[in-house]
Amino acid sequence: MKAEKKFTLKSGLIKLFIFLLVVVEIYPIFWMLTASFKQSYEWSSKPAYALNEGFYFQNYVDAWTRGNMATYFKNSLLCTLIALVFIVIFSTTVGFAVTKMEWKFKNAVAKYFQLGIMVPVATSLIPLFQIYNKVGLLNTRASLIITYIAFGLSLSIFLVTGYIRSLPDEIMEAAVIDGCGIYKLMWYVVVPLMKNAIVTVLVLQFFFKWNDLLFSMTFISSSSLKTVQTGLLYFSDEFGAKNWGAIFASVSMSILPMLGLYMALNKTVMEGMTAGAVKG
Amino acid sequence: MKNVLKNKKAIALFVVPAFLVYSIIVVLPVFWSFYYSLYSGSPGLKWEFAGLKNYAMLFKDKNFVAALWVNIRYVAVVMLGQVGLGLCLALMFHFWLKKFKNFVRTLVFFPVVLPTVAVGQLFSKIYEIQPSYGLLNSVLSSLGLDHLVQPWIGQASTALGALSFMDIWVAMGFYSVIFYGALLDISHDVIEAARIDGANGWDLFRTVLAPLLRPMIITSLIFSFSGTVKMFESSLALTNGGPGNATKSLSMYMYNVSFSYNKVGYGSVIAIVIFLICIMGSTLIGRFDKKEL
Repeated sequence: MKAEKKFTLKSGLIKLFIFLLVVVEIYPIFWMLTASFKQSYEWSSKPAYALNEGFYFQNYVDAWTRGNMATYFKNSLLCTLIALVFIVIFSTTVGFAVTKMEWKFKNAVAKYFQLGIMVPVATSLIPLFQIYNKVGLLNTRASLIITYIAFGLSLSIFLVTGYIRSLPDEIMEAAVIDGCGIYKLMWYVVVPLMKNAIVTVLVLQFFFKWNDLLFSMTFISSSSLKTVQTGLLYFSDEFGAKNWGAIFASVSMSILPMLGLYMALNKTVMEGMTAGAVKG
Repeated sequence: MKNVLKNKKAIALFVVPAFLVYSIIVVLPVFWSFYYSLYSGSPGLKWEFAGLKNYAMLFKDKNFVAALWVNIRYVAVVMLGQVGLGLCLALMFHFWLKKFKNFVRTLVFFPVVLPTVAVGQLFSKIYEIQPSYGLLNSVLSSLGLDHLVQPWIGQASTALGALSFMDIWVAMGFYSVIFYGALLDISHDVIEAARIDGANGWDLFRTVLAPLLRPMIITSLIFSFSGTVKMFESSLALTNGGPGNATKSLSMYMYNVSFSYNKVGYGSVIAIVIFLICIMGSTLIGRFDKKEL
């Protein structure tokens, strides 16, 4: 009896602790969403933790038009999505070539691609700036897209190879006996089997690219080509430090694609991350 | 089968484009940085061969040493915080949470998917003291803890701590999900057997779980290390390196030196230092993995 009581007290405390941790993790996001609907007088008349009085959508309109969020969104989406297409194509083809195909240097090439995981972005920044400057790519979307693709390859190929290795050869053999060529094999057999790995790569890389700040603030100077992250960084200058509502509205907007994607693919991502993909 | 998989044309088509892009954009610049680091000035402007002068300058440069020290403290705190708390969370999900497991797991993963700049803006408002109290200060003052109200990111003594808290907050959920996956792989029989032998709580963790989780812990540490060494976005978005140099990292210092002061040669030296720290740190942590294999 006594032991049982102690146990419930202990598990109660632990549950409370978990609850507190979850609150700390979630509350700031909730606060931001409610704050994005506040009018500016609410900030001075009430404490910061107070809930919003009404839903003041003008903040979002301001952010979208006056704060140029519409332009930033378009740029971010364009650069990210184009880069993602290439990352997925390259990582699946290279991943397949270095695992299942037979040629001399496949292991060396796989290792070579893996090296890139270690290269800090800062190390390549200065030479890249000079290269793009010389070939006239500075201040273009192309410079961002190429960089995004190149820096997305290492980790993606690493994740995909781990996954392809675990695919059974028999399925492919059967397909080849049925007369599949290499390209058909790739498209109709390998790609469908790799759906989970591809989704994991997509989500991870979307997250990294959407999040990029260093490259876009270095290579892009004209405000019509800026991405969401660079735009956000200079947002308070545009609106003044006091207009928190509009700042929060734009920040909330910038997280929506991520949250949406995460909610939609939550299960696949969790599976991909827990079932081998990350463990390699 | 063999013939199909030996198709040379297909291999070339599969590998060469990615190989070229990767080699030119990722690998070549690393070597290029080494070459730049031997020159002073910037290309086209007082660009002269300086040999190892830039490297000698490094140790006399107070700003560099300060940035290095900030970076080291940040890496130590954030890496341990992210991986340690992530592990704690995963253990708690696994052993003490029955009903809302998936729901809670989804919730704590939310911060992970937020863009860094957005998080920086959010936390700068949380820590705000002027013109009106931000979330943290207003909560403290309503709890009657007015003496704790302070400019969290406006003073050198708390700025780095505030920044570290933010980055731990962001990534904790990520590591908890990874560790949770690893815990699911540990067979229930192993844990039951240890329990029957009398191992509980801390003993159970130390003798049974920790060794089994070891590879995952090492991987997470390397992951977290390489993420935190690069320290740039979050401190730029939250404090812009300030106040003073209190949160200025190596990457930020490199950025300033090469793009604001136009000393590309010297900036490259710092870039190479970052590269070396990254490689050496990861290899060092990786060593722990192989020792007992």
